[in-house]
Amino acid sequence: MYTFSKRLKIVSLALFVIGVIGWGTSYVESHGLTLDDVKVLLAEENSHHGADASHGEETTEATHHDVQTDAEAHAAMIHSTHDSDAHSEESHHDDAHAEHVLHQMHNRPYAALYVAAFFFFMISLGVLAFYGIQYAAQAGWSPVLFRVMEAITYYVLPGGLIVLGIALWAGDHIFIWMDPEVVAHDELIQAKSGWLDKTWFAIRGLIFIAGWSLYRYFSRKFSLAQDLADVNDNSNFKKNFRISAAFLVFYIYTESIMSWDWIMSVDPHWFSTLFGWYVFASMFVSGITVIALITIYLKSKGLMEFVNDSHLHDLAKFMFAISVFWTYLWFSQFMLIWYANIPEEVTYFVTRIEDYNLPFFGMIILNFIFPFLVLMNSDYKRVPWFIVMAGIVILFGHYIDVFNMIMPATVGDRWFIGVPEISAILLFLGLFLFIVFYALSKAPLLAKGNPFIKESEHFHY
Amino acid sequence: MGSSKVIHALYTDDDVLLAAVKAVKNEKHHIEEIFTPFPVHGLDKAMGLEPTRIAIAAFMYGCVGLIVATVMMNYIMIEDWPQNIGGKPSFSYIENMPAFVPIMFELTVFFAAHLMVITFYLRSRMWPFKNAENPDPRTTDDHFLMEIPVHDNEKELKALLTKSGAVEVHIVDKEAH
Repeated sequence: MYTFSKRLKIVSLALFVIGVIGWGTSYVESHGLTLDDVKVLLAEENSHHGADASHGEETTEATHHDVQTDAEAHAAMIHSTHDSDAHSEESHHDDAHAEHVLHQMHNRPYAALYVAAFFFFMISLGVLAFYGIQYAAQAGWSPVLFRVMEAITYYVLPGGLIVLGIALWAGDHIFIWMDPEVVAHDELIQAKSGWLDKTWFAIRGLIFIAGWSLYRYFSRKFSLAQDLADVNDNSNFKKNFRISAAFLVFYIYTESIMSWDWIMSVDPHWFSTLFGWYVFASMFVSGITVIALITIYLKSKGLMEFVNDSHLHDLAKFMFAISVFWTYLWFSQFMLIWYANIPEEVTYFVTRIEDYNLPFFGMIILNFIFPFLVLMNSDYKRVPWFIVMAGIVILFGHYIDVFNMIMPATVGDRWFIGVPEISAILLFLGLFLFIVFYALSKAPLLAKGNPFIKESEHFHY
Repeated sequence: MGSSKVIHALYTDDDVLLAAVKAVKNEKHHIEEIFTPFPVHGLDKAMGLEPTRIAIAAFMYGCVGLIVATVMMNYIMIEDWPQNIGGKPSFSYIENMPAFVPIMFELTVFFAAHLMVITFYLRSRMWPFKNAENPDPRTTDDHFLMEIPVHDNEKELKALLTKSGAVEVHIVDKEAH
């Protein structure tokens, strides 16, 4: 039995409070900004770029996706040919641009909060899928880890409601299609308005969260009931097997739709048919990583002696394998769009490569190359500090992955990982730790009634 | 080297064999070789064999495959007959790399897999036209055979092996390879 230590309680609450304060300050600050402040800021930026750059800025706004240097050359050309036109529209353009930047700066705290909220929610949903698979496959190696998984999935309900709540509260700060003004002038979004509708979006979200939470509730209930049941009575395990199989079917549909709704629709013109899988790979690897980290933590406290090297080895194998799987999907999505080069599809990657070069390519190093090289050797998968090191890098990399999915559509090139982003991470990290370790303290750490528990305890590779 | 004496003990069950291996190792005898009809889980650990180094070889073969793919595609598609890939005629390997990644991946796997199998065969002293080293054809069916070199301790070994559950124990003069 694990008791939620006072120190950990204080740490998680402190993280939460620091996060709230930091995020709140940046929220208030960004809303205090006026159009004049932004104009001053832009003028300062322009003076850094040199005198000519003001034309560059203006044209980047118009063409939006051209390379900065190209745009400058382009601007100079347009400027010389349509001299009079450009001058008469210049002041209008400057105003429109400043307003655009102001919107992006207003969006930033919302987007930062949303990215962090989704990241921590995605961990618990990924663990829920992993847990369901263990039951449906009647896996013999993993039952010693079930209580850790059940504790992490306790966050699905609050985390899911928070993400949906932020999405609805932020509205057009994150989802541009929630702004009727934008939809009125956009035929592509109008064509999708049957799906992209705020009420329907909220109802869908609630159905998904309800389904996941119901599975989680009953599965946990049967798992605890199995502990108290007679040795020859496996009825609770069988029920768990059945609902897990049903849940996995429900999950793969709803997870896909959730990823279109909650993430892909931030770029409402763009779509990718494997986006659901891509988000799934991200949540799966993050979830498995967190199972490994929490298990190592509890083992180091001497509370999970029944977890041996082979269990850690298998978790690390999953971290390695799903990292490769994530890369496979990331590349499949990228290569087809890069090859076909259709303007409405390729803008998605053009913005990311131009404005988000470091996070976009850095993510490949964090999520693929680093775990690939570190976890390749069989022996290293059994060394706890190696798993922890690789795990922290993987989690950071998948935060950046979510960041790259949301930020380009909301703040454009005005991104930075600064106070709002870090505070939002701390806020949800505190909440996540508090809820997960609270749930851990509610039941014994060994699911002793599971019919596979002996096999799991003796598991060796 | 001339001929040397070895003792052959045959077993009919993998669990009995595994227990016998542990008993023999406890008595500090060297086990030369074991012939089994199928892989026996945990036998390598019981015999005290060193872990395989084939993974290191596989990694190096994979690197070779990756380099071969890169050099080959660069020569074929960029230098020798420059191609306009995906309507983006940049004629640069790095800018066209997404198109080459599948080939780089496949050749990495191809080299690692094939060279690893060949290495395994050579390391196991198996090559075309080689006579089998198997001392008893029954080990390809339902018998397990343990081979222990004899150093004037025939009686002791015989007693130990019979006790450990061997169905047959005999001494053989073995030709050196």
